[in-house]
Amino acid sequence: MWKSLVLALALLSGLTAPAAAQSAGASAAGSQVGPSSEIVKLIAGVASADATVQQDAAVALGKTGDRKILPLLEALREGSVYLRPLAGGKKETVIVGDKVAEGDKTLVPLFRAYGREPVTGPDGKPVLADLTTLEEVSTGRSLRVAIRPLIDAFSGQNDLINPDPATRRAAATKMGYTGDAATLQVLEDALAKERDRWVRFALGEATALIRLRTGGEAERVAAAETLGRLRSANAMEPLHQIAADPQSPPPLAAAARDAIKRIERWGLFTQAIEIAFQGLSLSSILLLMALGLAIVFGLMGVINMAHGELMALGAYSTFLMQGWFTAYFPAHFDYYFLVALPFSFLVSATAGFLLERGVIRFLYGRPLETLLLTWGVSLIIQQGLRLWFGAANVDVTAPRWLSGGIPVMIGVQLPYNRLFIIALAAVSVGAMYLLLFRTDAGLRIRAVTQNRGMAACLGVRARWVDAGTFALGAGLAGLAGCAITQIGNVGPELGQNYIVDSFMVVVTGGVGKLLGSILAAIGIGGLNKIIEPGMGAVFGKVLILVLVILFIQRRPSGLFASKGRYAES
Amino acid sequence: MRSLESWGLLGAALLLVVVLPTLNALPPGSPLRVSDFTLNLFGKFLAYAILALGIDLIWGYTGVLSLGHGVFFGLGAYAMGMHLMLEIGTRSVYGNVLPDFMVWNQVTELPLFWKPFYSVPFTLLAILVVPALFAFVFGYLTFRSRIRGVYFSIITQALALSTWLMFNRNAMNLGGTNGLSGFKSIFGFILNSAATQRGLYVATALCLCGAFLLCRYITRSPAGRVLIAIRDSENRVLFSGYSPAAFKLFVFVVSAVLAGVAGALYAPQVGIITPAKIGVLPSIEMIIWVAVGGRGTLLGPVVGAIGVNWLQSILTTSYPDLWLLVLGGLFVAVVLFVPDGIVGTAQKLLGQTRRFKPADARLGGRPDEGQRPEEATPPSEVPHVQARVNKT
Repeated sequence: MWKSLVLALALLSGLTAPAAAQSAGASAAGSQVGPSSEIVKLIAGVASADATVQQDAAVALGKTGDRKILPLLEALREGSVYLRPLAGGKKETVIVGDKVAEGDKTLVPLFRAYGREPVTGPDGKPVLADLTTLEEVSTGRSLRVAIRPLIDAFSGQNDLINPDPATRRAAATKMGYTGDAATLQVLEDALAKERDRWVRFALGEATALIRLRTGGEAERVAAAETLGRLRSANAMEPLHQIAADPQSPPPLAAAARDAIKRIERWGLFTQAIEIAFQGLSLSSILLLMALGLAIVFGLMGVINMAHGELMALGAYSTFLMQGWFTAYFPAHFDYYFLVALPFSFLVSATAGFLLERGVIRFLYGRPLETLLLTWGVSLIIQQGLRLWFGAANVDVTAPRWLSGGIPVMIGVQLPYNRLFIIALAAVSVGAMYLLLFRTDAGLRIRAVTQNRGMAACLGVRARWVDAGTFALGAGLAGLAGCAITQIGNVGPELGQNYIVDSFMVVVTGGVGKLLGSILAAIGIGGLNKIIEPGMGAVFGKVLILVLVILFIQRRPSGLFASKGRYAES
Repeated sequence: MRSLESWGLLGAALLLVVVLPTLNALPPGSPLRVSDFTLNLFGKFLAYAILALGIDLIWGYTGVLSLGHGVFFGLGAYAMGMHLMLEIGTRSVYGNVLPDFMVWNQVTELPLFWKPFYSVPFTLLAILVVPALFAFVFGYLTFRSRIRGVYFSIITQALALSTWLMFNRNAMNLGGTNGLSGFKSIFGFILNSAATQRGLYVATALCLCGAFLLCRYITRSPAGRVLIAIRDSENRVLFSGYSPAAFKLFVFVVSAVLAGVAGALYAPQVGIITPAKIGVLPSIEMIIWVAVGGRGTLLGPVVGAIGVNWLQSILTTSYPDLWLLVLGGLFVAVVLFVPDGIVGTAQKLLGQTRRFKPADARLGGRPDEGQRPEEATPPSEVPHVQARVNKT
């Protein structure tokens, strides 16, 4: 264990050796700019036995704002600062690393107090010192308390220059909650340099929040107005406190109330957008499910009750793929989802193909019995999944590139996973359109749908068209299952939760109609999400059923009925 | 032949109505004694059989597959359950006149729709009328707009789902997911005495006989012929000047009432009614009883309801994991291999086809609904002619 540590240190010091060798003289190497004499003095002061001197020195160091001081402050808090005797009776303040036991001695690697670079010996190797030869710098509680905000400020500042905008944003928000007047300057400096719109927003919000808390009256009023203009949801709590506090000066309370009203109105607006977006993504799932159902229904007059379970198969395939990636390719874990998409399509399509070839083809012309049979199959699949994977939900982790989202406006973030699902549904619908209306295979499907007997007479292998279409519909359900892992729970009952809604889409949209299915899916998915917040999911479902029944009073064969002259039976 | 069949039925009825309860009334220790548990189990099965008869009427004879009969069963059971809850009175756990779950949910006053259920005649009426009204409104809306075949099945399934969701809510004041339970007495008789249970059993068996005779009367009447004609070709019935919607509505309401009666007999014998009995799965399980027994026959649903539930009570106690697999397998096997069910197949083997049974003995083989004639008998393919429709 410690050999590898030494090796690592040796490598490190090998890199810095040339510079270290010249460290006394020309420090032209750039990164090796030495500390100013004042800082050197303060570093020595930190090691003082006098607690007051020590604390003053630490605070003064913190105030310099030099980031190379941060390791020393952190080490002070952890109690890993020591004094090392130098030749000539002088002492140097050092930071010690993790202890290494060698025989009965305890050795520690040493680091410079300024910048935490390893201390190297004349041979360029890192120095390992016996712990007993060092003198510990004692740190009292009051010192630790005093340097804590300094460290926080440092880390906040560090995060503010982090290359990742999300980190910068989070740091700014955090500083807005906890910062004091001293933080303001830091935030304003950062604001001057910041390019990213959302970080700028967070910085402005944080500044206003701090002003609202700490500023004079006029400043606080201005800050309340700014927060209202920014529609800052984070400011709701302090603003409410100010508005409710009878001791707040009237202009401030009025400004706070104005700001609250403004933020609330904006909140309603953003909520509406969010609901619309969620409705759209739910519609996409329903659409993926209903497409397969509707095409198969139009083609064979068969309602596939096991469609939901084919979807569950897709979801569990995604779960399996995730497991394989964790086991065999942990480094490429994030790509599991890309592999899982075609995989779940194939698994469900295969299951659908077997189902059609195995049993359903014996039941043509008996739709009600097919319905019962597929229900039986769905029970078997469901119970099989329960026995194999357990009755509890399984956990599917989102790949990193699907977590997070695009902030489009203040308070509204479009999550990548839902965007992805919408895009997936759009692409699938597009592909289905091209397949049905631009290819030979699609022509055959349409021919069999319109007139099975005539198509068969003209040489279309109707049975194979059936099998292929059924597999395609099943595959779409598998895709839906793969997509659902990103926004919902994956359990054995997964299919049952979506199947009734997808049937409603088929009934409303009309049989075998692409456009009807799309509109019905958007309508039913959207309604679900619109009704849910106000009346609850249960009333939503009931209301949708009532609406569907009333709707088919007017249009018994769905939104877009086939026009033709044949009687139904 | 006919008289032989009638004698057989009469014998079976006597066995169920008289012999079983008499054997149960024997002193304990007697070798022939039927235990209270078995009698109670059979009481439940016979209640199910009444329900199955109703489903057979609408599905086996009229060809309309309803996946929502659990709802009507539940309406009857809840109507009875509400009366039984009120009969508990202050004997409940909390000693309040209100049912326990209302005390639990901090309801202080009995909701208005509960109050009439204090009255026995009202309750008995409600058991018949509530499912009938519900079925009438739903059936009127769906049959009028010519919703047929799988469309109707899907809509009724959605009905079962929504009703289940509604009954699960505490705000309905119907006990939420826990349903109604803890009944103490029925019409003044203590429920957990063997004599009351025997009485309930006899009542159930008598109701089953009544339901059987009613269904027999309906199916043998001219209207019954129309129902079968609707199953075989609805449009021809329509073009002959009948109104299929009216006949379907009538039979739907009758079967809903039968389901309600079954529910009302079920609740006191089992002692609990929960929303789990009225959801999607129980509703479709009821279909399999009829399918296994043999649809389109009146004996079939009775045999199927008793047989399948017996199997279920054996399997769920010894192999709980297997039951759903077996149930699924039953669906597949019956549909594929025994479409006539037990009774239908037996009749065929005995050559005892009914007079009005069409020449095609494969009862399930006819086009059900919404089916174009050319699809009813799929044409054999022409394998050697390659499809070149679009490349001429």
